[in-house]
Amino acid sequence: MTEAAAPDPLDFLVLDALLSDEERLTRDTVRAWVRDRVLPEIARWFEAGILPKELARELGDLGLLGMQLTGYGCAGSGAVAYGLSCMELEAGDSGVRSLVSVQGSLAMHAIHRWGSEAQKREWLPQMARGERIGCFGLSEPDFGSNPAGMRTRARRDGSDWIIDGTKMWITNGGIADVAIIWAQAPDGIRGFVVPTGVPGFTINDIERKLSLRASVTSELVLSGVRVPTDAMLESASGLSGPLACLCEARFGLLWGSMGAARTCYETALQYAKTRVQFDRPIGGFQLIQQRLVAMLLELQKGTLLALHLGRMKEKGGLHPAQVSFGKLNNVRVALDIARSARAVLGASGVTLEYPVIRHMNNLESVSTYEGTEEVHTLILGQAITGLSAFD
Amino acid sequence: MRIVVTVKLVPDLNAEKRIDPTTKRLVRTGMETVLNPYDEYALEAALQLKAKQGDDTTVTLLSMASESLKETLRKALAMGADDAVVLSDDALAGSDVAMTSAALAQALKKIGFDLVICGGLADDGSTGGVPGAIAEHLGLPGLTNARHLEIVGGTIKAQRETDSGYQAVTCPLPALVSVTMAVGEPRYASLKGIMGAKKKTIATLSGSDIGFENRAPKTELLSFAPPPARTKARIVEASDGATGARAIFDFLRERKLV
Repeated sequence: MTEAAAPDPLDFLVLDALLSDEERLTRDTVRAWVRDRVLPEIARWFEAGILPKELARELGDLGLLGMQLTGYGCAGSGAVAYGLSCMELEAGDSGVRSLVSVQGSLAMHAIHRWGSEAQKREWLPQMARGERIGCFGLSEPDFGSNPAGMRTRARRDGSDWIIDGTKMWITNGGIADVAIIWAQAPDGIRGFVVPTGVPGFTINDIERKLSLRASVTSELVLSGVRVPTDAMLESASGLSGPLACLCEARFGLLWGSMGAARTCYETALQYAKTRVQFDRPIGGFQLIQQRLVAMLLELQKGTLLALHLGRMKEKGGLHPAQVSFGKLNNVRVALDIARSARAVLGASGVTLEYPVIRHMNNLESVSTYEGTEEVHTLILGQAITGLSAFD
Repeated sequence: MRIVVTVKLVPDLNAEKRIDPTTKRLVRTGMETVLNPYDEYALEAALQLKAKQGDDTTVTLLSMASESLKETLRKALAMGADDAVVLSDDALAGSDVAMTSAALAQALKKIGFDLVICGGLADDGSTGGVPGAIAEHLGLPGLTNARHLEIVGGTIKAQRETDSGYQAVTCPLPALVSVTMAVGEPRYASLKGIMGAKKKTIATLSGSDIGFENRAPKTELLSFAPPPARTKARIVEASDGATGARAIFDFLRERKLV
């Protein structure tokens, strides 16, 4: 066996070689945009609790909004290119990636998959350009992991629908032009495309978050909101509609979480090589090396997993439980990596001078939304035993 | 209208560069190759002109490079160039400014153009001599250091950067311009651009295709050396800010820097 070149600490298993030229160019482009537009400002945005809305236009110009969808101004990219984009965006900040996930994988995906031709033409091209922002109203104050119990109701009034209810923890809510609202209709759970400006629709942003601060999270209150009959997503019936969208978003964040983890690992590695204690770089101490190597192992394995799931998705699709596998594992290890990186940075790790605590706090939300660890554990438990622990 | 943008492929800016002591040439293998960053500004200028001129304007990339590196041009195609031509010939390796500019001029004659746009400098060679020399070979007006370009009828108007401001100059097309970084930040490739780029053509021309054979560089590299190691920094220690500032000021004044 001839000896290969010494591994690159930042691409230890040469995963780069598993990508096509086009995928690499996509990744490099998103990385450059994040470097130029996000990294110089993100600590300030996070501290101020803002995400400039004009970023959406720029993301639209790049073609990242609904990039995995075809037609209607969407790029129609492969699953791996989409995953890599999420990874690069989240290497910047989970908030920026969340904007893209919710716009593309939830709101646009719902319209693209379940909407009428008229709904697609009405919304998708402008959403792809970032001129209109979408949000996705599924969770409620009392129904998070158990969306089937939702209290939001849609009832007929002549040919119109009247929607009443409250949606909670809605990413992009406060900047959204349109909301996909899931509600109990007489024939089960139905989705509705609701412009946020209609009478009776109130949006309250959630303040005082210590996570995903560079992201808008809102409560949507619908009080007698009247929409025409064609606002309903006709082909979505039951909970499978919103769950299919969530599965798309989970795919993006099983990649994205590896981006956040990568930034934490790289920051900790750099810090450990330069921070001197006891007259030597702390990277030379066994306990620090153990942390760094544990990060490296999980980061490389998680990235390989993301890539494997991406290739499977491109070939024939993924079962939701396989996506749960990725979401559960990758977000969990990303959070572990972030916490360990925080420890390597010592006191510096708690400041916004370094990206680590920002990622660490963000990942607390990422661990919760799109299915908690507990829910994904039970999905996997059901998948391997055939026995549901939910009921 | 056909705009041709000359593009050099250079080693990644962050790569550690090495010169082969035998050939005295930069070792280009084993490191990532990127578009010369100055040429990205030339492409940006071309794409801005194309956007104003309309669809019948095309932007062609011209690069003198090893054929094995030609895929590096996909990024420029993804940014919006329409097609690319690579002038590739072992006999061109090690070209100097004179030979490079003569070869590119011949290639330009072959592919045809209304306007040639060059970056002001190559990140690796850093001579800045090629644009002017191409213009000379082709007998074209050469507007160098342009910060702004505008096509009006059959002429090009340029603002040339100078130390004290800029000159407004104009000349009839065909012409050659080189641009500065003030033309605008190079755009990001869009995802659609990236996906469309793989369908765009990268044609290859050899020396014999353009009638450029049996030429030799006019200059010879005698020796090379790494930059001298930096002398150790002097650390000014001071009890307070004012004293420290004074010490730095005196240091600078001694050297007539302030």
